[in-house]
Amino acid sequence: MVYLTRKAEFSASHYYHNPEFTPEENQRIFGKCNNPNGHGHNYTLEVTVKGEVDPRSGFVVDLKKLKEVMHSEVLDALDHRFLNKEVPEFATRIPTTENLAITIWQRLEPKLKVAKLHRIRVYETPDLFVDFFGEA
Amino acid sequence: MKVHLTRRYLFSASHRLHSDEMSAAENRETYGKCNNPYGHGHNYSVEVTVSGAVDPQTGMVCNLGDLDECVGREILERYDHQNLNTLPEFTDTVPTTENLCQQIYDILRREFRVAHLERVRIEETMMNSFEYAG
Repeated sequence: MVYLTRKAEFSASHYYHNPEFTPEENQRIFGKCNNPNGHGHNYTLEVTVKGEVDPRSGFVVDLKKLKEVMHSEVLDALDHRFLNKEVPEFATRIPTTENLAITIWQRLEPKLKVAKLHRIRVYETPDLFVDFFGEA
Repeated sequence: MKVHLTRRYLFSASHRLHSDEMSAAENRETYGKCNNPYGHGHNYSVEVTVSGAVDPQTGMVCNLGDLDECVGREILERYDHQNLNTLPEFTDTVPTTENLCQQIYDILRREFRVAHLERVRIEETMMNSFEYAG
Protein backbone atom coordinates (compact mmCIF):
# COMPACT_ATOMS: atom_id res chain seq x y z
CA MET A 1 0.00 0.00 0.00
CA VAL A 2 1.29 3.43 -0.94
CA TYR A 3 -0.11 6.77 0.20
CA LEU A 4 -0.04 9.73 -2.15
CA THR A 5 -0.85 13.31 -1.16
CA ARG A 6 -1.76 16.14 -3.45
CA LYS A 7 -1.84 19.70 -2.16
CA ALA A 8 -3.94 22.63 -3.34
CA GLU A 9 -4.71 26.10 -2.08
CA PHE A 10 -7.89 28.09 -2.01
CA SER A 11 -8.95 31.37 -0.52
CA ALA A 12 -12.37 31.93 0.96
CA SER A 13 -14.26 33.94 3.54
CA HIS A 14 -16.57 32.80 6.29
CA TYR A 15 -18.05 33.66 9.67
CA TYR A 16 -19.32 31.58 12.54
CA HIS A 17 -22.88 32.04 13.69
CA ASN A 18 -25.55 29.72 15.06
CA PRO A 19 -29.08 31.18 14.75
CA GLU A 20 -30.14 29.06 17.74
CA PHE A 21 -27.77 31.02 20.00
CA THR A 22 -28.47 34.50 21.34
CA PRO A 23 -26.21 37.28 20.00
CA GLU A 24 -24.35 37.21 23.34
CA GLU A 25 -23.79 33.44 23.10
CA ASN A 26 -22.59 33.75 19.50
CA GLN A 27 -20.16 36.44 20.55
CA ARG A 28 -18.92 34.50 23.57
CA ILE A 29 -18.45 31.21 21.72
CA PHE A 30 -17.20 32.42 18.36
CA GLY A 31 -15.49 35.69 19.32
CA LYS A 32 -14.23 37.75 16.41
CA CYS A 33 -15.14 34.90 14.01
CA ASN A 34 -18.76 35.97 14.61
CA ASN A 35 -18.40 39.24 12.64
CA PRO A 36 -21.30 38.89 10.13
CA ASN A 37 -19.36 40.58 7.35
CA GLY A 38 -16.97 37.65 7.38
CA HIS A 39 -13.20 37.35 7.20
CA GLY A 40 -10.94 35.24 5.03
CA HIS A 41 -8.16 32.69 4.97
CA ASN A 42 -5.75 31.16 2.52
CA TYR A 43 -6.56 27.51 3.04
CA THR A 44 -4.24 24.66 2.14
CA LEU A 45 -5.90 21.38 1.28
CA GLU A 46 -4.09 18.05 1.32
CA VAL A 47 -5.86 15.09 -0.25
CA THR A 48 -4.28 11.71 0.56
CA VAL A 49 -5.27 8.63 -1.42
CA LYS A 50 -4.01 5.10 -0.98
CA GLY A 51 -3.64 2.06 -3.15
CA GLU A 52 -1.30 -0.45 -4.70
CA VAL A 53 1.19 0.71 -7.31
CA ASP A 54 0.00 -0.30 -10.77
CA PRO A 55 2.88 -2.40 -12.16
CA ARG A 56 2.32 -1.09 -15.68
CA SER A 57 2.19 2.66 -14.93
CA GLY A 58 4.08 2.79 -11.61
CA PHE A 59 1.26 5.01 -10.31
CA VAL A 60 -1.04 4.72 -7.32
CA VAL A 61 -3.31 7.14 -9.13
CA ASP A 62 -3.27 9.18 -12.28
CA LEU A 63 -2.41 12.59 -10.80
CA LYS A 64 -4.07 14.42 -13.65
CA LYS A 65 -7.40 12.74 -12.90
CA LEU A 66 -7.03 13.40 -9.16
CA LYS A 67 -6.30 17.05 -9.89
CA GLU A 68 -9.34 17.29 -12.16
CA VAL A 69 -11.66 15.87 -9.50
CA MET A 70 -10.19 18.15 -6.81
CA HIS A 71 -10.88 21.11 -9.06
CA SER A 72 -14.34 20.16 -10.26
CA GLU A 73 -15.69 19.03 -6.87
CA VAL A 74 -13.88 21.24 -4.39
CA LEU A 75 -11.76 24.12 -5.62
CA ASP A 76 -14.22 25.46 -8.20
CA ALA A 77 -16.90 25.52 -5.52
CA LEU A 78 -14.83 26.99 -2.65
CA ASP A 79 -12.11 29.19 -4.10
CA HIS A 80 -12.84 32.92 -3.81
CA ARG A 81 -16.24 32.26 -2.26
CA PHE A 82 -18.05 33.38 0.86
CA LEU A 83 -18.59 29.90 2.30
CA ASN A 84 -21.71 30.74 4.35
CA LYS A 85 -23.55 32.25 1.41
CA GLU A 86 -22.24 30.45 -1.65
CA VAL A 87 -21.63 26.82 -0.67
CA PRO A 88 -24.91 24.91 -0.05
CA GLU A 89 -23.56 22.67 2.75
CA PHE A 90 -22.85 25.73 4.87
CA ALA A 91 -26.42 26.95 4.77
CA THR A 92 -26.99 24.52 7.66
CA ARG A 93 -23.43 23.75 8.85
CA ILE A 94 -21.12 26.26 10.44
CA PRO A 95 -18.09 26.57 8.12
CA THR A 96 -15.46 25.70 10.71
CA THR A 97 -12.29 23.98 9.57
CA GLU A 98 -13.72 20.76 11.05
CA ASN A 99 -16.84 20.99 8.87
CA LEU A 100 -14.80 22.04 5.85
CA ALA A 101 -12.73 18.85 6.12
CA ILE A 102 -15.89 16.72 6.41
CA THR A 103 -17.59 18.56 3.53
CA ILE A 104 -14.57 18.17 1.26
CA TRP A 105 -14.42 14.45 2.07
CA GLN A 106 -18.13 14.07 1.27
CA ARG A 107 -17.71 15.90 -2.04
CA LEU A 108 -14.62 13.98 -3.13
CA GLU A 109 -15.16 10.45 -1.87
CA PRO A 110 -18.07 9.45 -4.19
CA LYS A 111 -16.36 10.98 -7.23
CA LEU A 112 -12.95 9.47 -6.72
CA LYS A 113 -13.09 6.46 -8.98
CA VAL A 114 -9.34 6.32 -9.41
CA ALA A 115 -8.14 5.59 -5.86
CA LYS A 116 -9.34 5.18 -2.30
CA LEU A 117 -9.54 8.35 -0.26
CA HIS A 118 -7.54 8.10 2.98
CA ARG A 119 -7.36 11.53 4.56
CA ILE A 120 -8.47 15.12 4.08
CA ARG A 121 -6.28 17.67 5.80
CA VAL A 122 -7.27 21.34 5.77
CA TYR A 123 -4.94 24.06 7.05
CA GLU A 124 -6.78 27.24 7.97
CA THR A 125 -3.47 28.86 8.96
CA PRO A 126 0.00 27.34 9.33
CA ASP A 127 -0.80 26.96 13.04
CA LEU A 128 -4.13 25.16 12.70
CA PHE A 129 -5.19 22.14 10.73
CA VAL A 130 -7.87 19.46 10.79
CA ASP A 131 -7.71 15.82 9.64
CA PHE A 132 -10.71 13.74 8.64
CA PHE A 133 -10.39 10.04 7.82
CA GLY A 134 -14.05 9.33 6.94
CA GLU A 135 -16.91 8.10 9.04
CA ALA A 136 -15.38 4.77 10.09
CA MET B 1 -17.84 11.58 12.98
CA LYS B 2 -14.44 11.83 14.54
CA VAL B 3 -12.19 14.68 13.46
CA HIS B 4 -8.59 15.40 14.45
CA LEU B 5 -7.67 19.02 15.11
CA THR B 6 -4.08 20.19 15.41
CA ARG B 7 -2.87 23.51 16.72
CA ARG B 8 0.74 24.70 16.69
CA TYR B 9 2.36 26.72 19.49
CA LEU B 10 5.84 28.19 19.74
CA PHE B 11 8.13 28.69 22.70
CA SER B 12 11.83 29.29 23.21
CA ALA B 13 13.89 27.67 25.93
CA SER B 14 17.41 26.57 26.76
CA HIS B 15 18.67 23.24 27.97
CA ARG B 16 21.77 21.17 28.51
CA LEU B 17 21.85 17.43 27.94
CA HIS B 18 23.82 15.90 30.78
CA SER B 19 23.34 12.81 32.93
CA ASP B 20 24.82 12.62 36.44
CA GLU B 21 24.99 8.85 36.01
CA MET B 22 27.62 9.17 33.29
CA SER B 23 31.25 10.27 33.53
CA ALA B 24 32.25 13.58 31.93
CA ALA B 25 33.74 11.64 29.01
CA GLU B 26 30.59 9.56 28.56
CA ASN B 27 28.43 12.67 28.64
CA ARG B 28 30.52 14.30 25.94
CA GLU B 29 30.49 11.08 23.95
CA THR B 30 26.69 10.69 24.26
CA TYR B 31 25.48 14.26 23.95
CA GLY B 32 28.23 15.96 21.93
CA LYS B 33 27.85 19.72 21.78
CA CYS B 34 24.49 19.48 23.59
CA ASN B 35 26.61 18.74 26.68
CA ASN B 36 28.15 22.23 26.67
CA PRO B 37 27.95 23.19 30.38
CA TYR B 38 26.43 26.60 29.71
CA GLY B 39 23.52 25.17 27.73
CA HIS B 40 22.04 26.31 24.46
CA GLY B 41 18.55 27.18 23.18
CA HIS B 42 15.90 26.29 20.64
CA ASN B 43 12.70 27.71 19.24
CA TYR B 44 10.41 24.79 19.92
CA SER B 45 7.25 24.24 17.90
CA VAL B 46 4.63 22.12 19.66
CA GLU B 47 1.74 20.57 17.75
CA VAL B 48 -1.15 19.49 19.96
CA THR B 49 -3.65 17.13 18.30
CA VAL B 50 -7.06 16.57 19.87
CA SER B 51 -9.96 14.56 18.51
CA GLY B 52 -13.67 14.12 18.92
CA ALA B 53 -17.03 14.39 17.25
CA VAL B 54 -17.96 17.75 15.75
CA ASP B 55 -20.55 19.47 17.94
CA PRO B 56 -23.44 20.26 15.56
CA GLN B 57 -24.22 23.41 17.55
CA THR B 58 -20.80 24.98 17.10
CA GLY B 59 -19.21 23.05 14.23
CA MET B 60 -16.21 22.48 16.48
CA VAL B 61 -14.34 19.57 18.07
CA CYS B 62 -13.48 21.96 20.88
CA ASN B 63 -13.33 25.69 21.29
CA LEU B 64 -9.87 26.86 20.28
CA GLY B 65 -10.05 29.50 22.98
CA ASP B 66 -10.25 26.72 25.60
CA LEU B 67 -7.29 24.89 24.05
CA ASP B 68 -5.22 28.07 23.72
CA GLU B 69 -6.00 29.02 27.31
CA CYS B 70 -4.99 25.60 28.64
CA VAL B 71 -1.79 25.31 26.57
CA GLY B 72 -0.91 28.92 27.38
CA ARG B 73 -1.35 28.42 31.11
CA GLU B 74 0.08 24.92 31.48
CA ILE B 75 2.77 24.77 28.79
CA LEU B 76 3.83 28.15 27.42
CA GLU B 77 3.90 29.93 30.78
CA ARG B 78 5.83 27.00 32.20
CA TYR B 79 8.45 26.59 29.47
CA ASP B 80 8.75 29.79 27.41
CA HIS B 81 12.02 31.63 28.06
CA GLN B 82 13.09 29.17 30.71
CA ASN B 83 16.14 27.03 31.22
CA LEU B 84 14.53 23.57 31.19
CA ASN B 85 17.22 22.08 33.45
CA THR B 86 16.12 24.37 36.29
CA LEU B 87 12.54 23.01 36.33
CA PRO B 88 11.56 20.30 38.83
CA GLU B 89 10.61 17.73 36.18
CA PHE B 90 14.11 17.90 34.73
CA THR B 91 16.19 17.82 37.88
CA ASP B 92 16.48 14.02 37.61
CA THR B 93 15.46 13.63 33.97
CA VAL B 94 17.54 14.82 31.01
CA PRO B 95 15.59 17.51 29.14
CA THR B 96 15.81 15.85 25.74
CA THR B 97 12.96 16.65 23.42
CA GLU B 98 11.79 13.04 23.84
CA ASN B 99 11.32 13.65 27.56
CA LEU B 100 9.87 17.12 27.01
CA CYS B 101 7.33 15.67 24.58
CA GLN B 102 6.19 13.06 27.11
CA GLN B 103 6.05 15.67 29.86
CA ILE B 104 3.85 18.01 27.78
CA TYR B 105 1.60 15.10 26.78
CA ASP B 106 1.16 14.08 30.44
CA ILE B 107 0.37 17.65 31.54
CA LEU B 108 -2.20 18.18 28.78
CA ARG B 109 -3.70 14.74 29.30
CA ARG B 110 -4.32 15.74 32.91
CA GLU B 111 -5.39 19.35 32.39
CA PHE B 112 -7.28 19.45 29.08
CA ARG B 113 -10.64 17.77 29.54
CA VAL B 114 -12.68 19.31 26.72
CA ALA B 115 -11.54 16.91 23.95
CA HIS B 116 -9.48 13.75 23.71
CA LEU B 117 -5.72 14.36 23.48
CA GLU B 118 -4.36 12.29 20.58
CA ARG B 119 -0.75 13.33 20.25
CA VAL B 120 1.94 15.86 21.01
CA ARG B 121 4.58 16.52 18.38
CA ILE B 122 7.56 18.80 18.97
CA GLU B 123 9.97 20.20 16.42
CA GLU B 124 13.22 21.07 18.15
CA THR B 125 14.66 22.34 14.87
CA MET B 126 13.48 22.14 11.29
CA MET B 127 15.48 18.94 10.98
CA ASN B 128 14.19 16.89 13.90
CA SER B 129 10.83 16.26 15.50
CA PHE B 130 9.43 13.98 18.20
CA GLU B 131 5.96 12.56 18.72
CA TYR B 132 4.32 11.01 21.75
CA ALA B 133 0.82 9.54 21.78
CA GLY B 134 0.76 7.92 25.22
